[in-house]
Amino acid sequence: MSKAQIMNGNELISEAALVAGCRFYSGYPITPSSEIPEHLSKRMPEVGGVFIQFEDEIASAMAAVGASYAGYKSMTASSGPGISLKQEAIGLACMMELPLVVVNVMRGGPSTGLPTRVSQADVMQARWGTHGDHMIIAVAPETLLETYTETIRAFNMAEKYRTPVYILTDAVLAHLNGRVELPDPSELEIIDRTQPSVSPEEFNPYDVEKFGVVPPLPNKENFPKYRFHMTGLNKDKTGFPTVNKEAVEADEERMITKITDNIKDIESFEYYKMDDADLVVFAYGTNAAAARVAIDEARESGIKVGMFRPITLWPFPEKQVAELGKTFNKTIVTEINLGQMLYEVERVTQGNTEISTVLQASGVPIRPQQILDKIKEVS
Amino acid sequence: MSTDYSKYLRMEKLPLYWCPGCGNGTVLKAMITAIDELGWKPEDIMMVSGIGCSSRATGYVDFHTIHTLHGRALPVATAIKMCHPGMHVITFSGDGDSTAIGGNHFIHACRRNIDLTVIIVDNWIYGMTGGQYSPLTPTGTKASTAPRGNIDPNFDIADLAKGAGATFIARESVAEPIKLKNAIKKGLQHKGMSVIDALSNCHIQWGRRNKYGDPVKLVDLIKEKTVTKTKAAKMTPEELAGKYVTGILHEDTIKKEYTEAYKELVEKAQN
Amino acid sequence: MAFHYELRFAGIGGQGNMLAGAIIAEAAIFFEGKYATQVPTYTSQVRGGPTKADIIISDEPIYFAESTHINFFLALDQRTYELYKGDTLDGAIVLVDNGLVNVPEEDKKRWDVYEYPIVKTAKYDVGNVITANILSVGMTGELTHIMSLDNIFKAVEKRVPPAFLELNEKAFNMGVEIAKKLKAEKGKN
Repeated sequence: MSKAQIMNGNELISEAALVAGCRFYSGYPITPSSEIPEHLSKRMPEVGGVFIQFEDEIASAMAAVGASYAGYKSMTASSGPGISLKQEAIGLACMMELPLVVVNVMRGGPSTGLPTRVSQADVMQARWGTHGDHMIIAVAPETLLETYTETIRAFNMAEKYRTPVYILTDAVLAHLNGRVELPDPSELEIIDRTQPSVSPEEFNPYDVEKFGVVPPLPNKENFPKYRFHMTGLNKDKTGFPTVNKEAVEADEERMITKITDNIKDIESFEYYKMDDADLVVFAYGTNAAAARVAIDEARESGIKVGMFRPITLWPFPEKQVAELGKTFNKTIVTEINLGQMLYEVERVTQGNTEISTVLQASGVPIRPQQILDKIKEVS
Repeated sequence: MSTDYSKYLRMEKLPLYWCPGCGNGTVLKAMITAIDELGWKPEDIMMVSGIGCSSRATGYVDFHTIHTLHGRALPVATAIKMCHPGMHVITFSGDGDSTAIGGNHFIHACRRNIDLTVIIVDNWIYGMTGGQYSPLTPTGTKASTAPRGNIDPNFDIADLAKGAGATFIARESVAEPIKLKNAIKKGLQHKGMSVIDALSNCHIQWGRRNKYGDPVKLVDLIKEKTVTKTKAAKMTPEELAGKYVTGILHEDTIKKEYTEAYKELVEKAQN
Repeated sequence: MAFHYELRFAGIGGQGNMLAGAIIAEAAIFFEGKYATQVPTYTSQVRGGPTKADIIISDEPIYFAESTHINFFLALDQRTYELYKGDTLDGAIVLVDNGLVNVPEEDKKRWDVYEYPIVKTAKYDVGNVITANILSVGMTGELTHIMSLDNIFKAVEKRVPPAFLELNEKAFNMGVEIAKKLKAEKGKN
């Protein structure tokens, strides 16, 4: 039986992480994400996990990578300025193919920006923040309950695909206190990294030929038994560096396709009131809540408008958005930044739909009325 | 009694990637000999390195190994030690890695007094990137980014570690490998943050720019510049200028070790 | 028409307005079985910066949690009053501390304004300035009648430290009585 509780977004991420099996958190204080380390500093020792506040953002991200190597499910959280500093560790997790969950409670920028205010201006940073070719998974919940369930899904995907996964929230969702009825943990699917079926002597951490595109990785119980090497250099199946051009190219491609080939499993999106719609709004994260209210009001005045809401932002839902482009003459893109996912929508719809925007980077949420005005203007 | 190094090395990864005559091999040998004397099993040892010539050592030893990022060995080692307190966790990195880009992590790992053995291969230079000056390059000497001589004062790693709170600090050099091995061995046995400043020769990147291109000559220079703690006690500050004091420079068995403190915290939280 | 009510508590950091907002939301969720949200807005200035808590109470799930059609506006600071009054509906209830906020005449025509020296009363009559927020909660409960006062007080009990419960009970009850008196002066009940 679920019971109504009051929690804010940051607390929900923390509790969901514990339910997902996270037993290592390392962080550094930064607004508006600080309630995550505050909550976990209390809770992590209670469940026998590790909590450390590090000397800086870089160390906290690197420690989370180290813990993942050592078999632990690990998480670090921050906001834009801290996420900028964590990028090298996120790249290392991509290259070492280590599960990692990174929370970015977005606050905008560049630089210090508006520390206590709302933004969605780090969505492109999530995709391209670290250097080098790579693929990333990022989810953007809209509601408190979804913050909880998407956190669990983030851990599951990190484990299943041995990759960093971003949870992108914002200052509103982080500090929003509201009623949530959490699912019973026994009803949730929790995925753990696949364990090696071979002896420690035969184990290679990137043995694709033997194990498929996402090879097993020892968990915390098995880690002491399995000795292996990992490096940030381009590696071969044994984990040791290589400059063999065929091996490097194949590895670079596999690190991307292990995610893109499994898009069906990773993607998540919502079509809202789209059945009879002749105008579509593209919105995500907390801003989708404003769009939802605007759509409901527009429909009261007879405008047939719906919403496409990606929950998994990366990889971008290319197929679905391309289809929207073919179906709708007009699309409204709204986001709390000056136009970032807009580039993706434009790229994918290839001029098939006329795009108008409701964008804002002033530190305050876009209001339903602003989106409603745009709906009325273009319909 | 001689050590069977093949027990500890990934023999198929040899020969070493380092320049002929490089001190890295001497430091690595000292470490492996110390481990052998302690009878530690490879499966109980975790070795973490950053980036640089010496950091490639993790590729050669048959322990649990992770070759991380420039300056970041210590946060990774700290995490692994917290996850598996029963393992022996060693970091092996250069002077630039440990005290410049990794300087913040170094002082904070010392402060926590977490049970790591931190071996700093201190060859006064960034070797891999081409001989740029590091925080340990002696003032006045040349580097690829100090063609007229380095104007930066250099760190004393031992003073830095002591000020930051490490509880075992020793310095030895590749000129006296047995003493180096003994210092590492004591560091490995110490419960708490152990820092070994292992003075080493980079005759290619530092030496050739400073008339010490011959490894033997450079090792002799290192020998000349080191004085034992006992001798140093009788010397004036003027006589000690430019010298490196060797031996066990600091040992504290009172300060609480970090994984122990965390264990107590967990017990408190669970009761 | 389903029940839907929006409040905004504005002031400066340190006055306890965020907690007051949380108590109202918690009363609605735990003791009235409603949906409710409380979303704070604050600045990096921990004490003294402009803050607001937006509270929405509804029979239905709430998506957009910022108050945009405010039925009740509380302000304990002049600058914040001016900054955040803009979303208040015509005819809405506005409560201010008249020791701290001067309500312009045109605003008094637009809204049902109640003025009282809330902070001073908490300090001298209740006996501790920190109870100003609970005094406000009591006044809010009586002025709005959106929930039973008992249920609001249950939420107060849940939130305040036991050692301060008696003091806060005094503040809450005093808030209710003051609000009754102010309403009576206007001929309302």
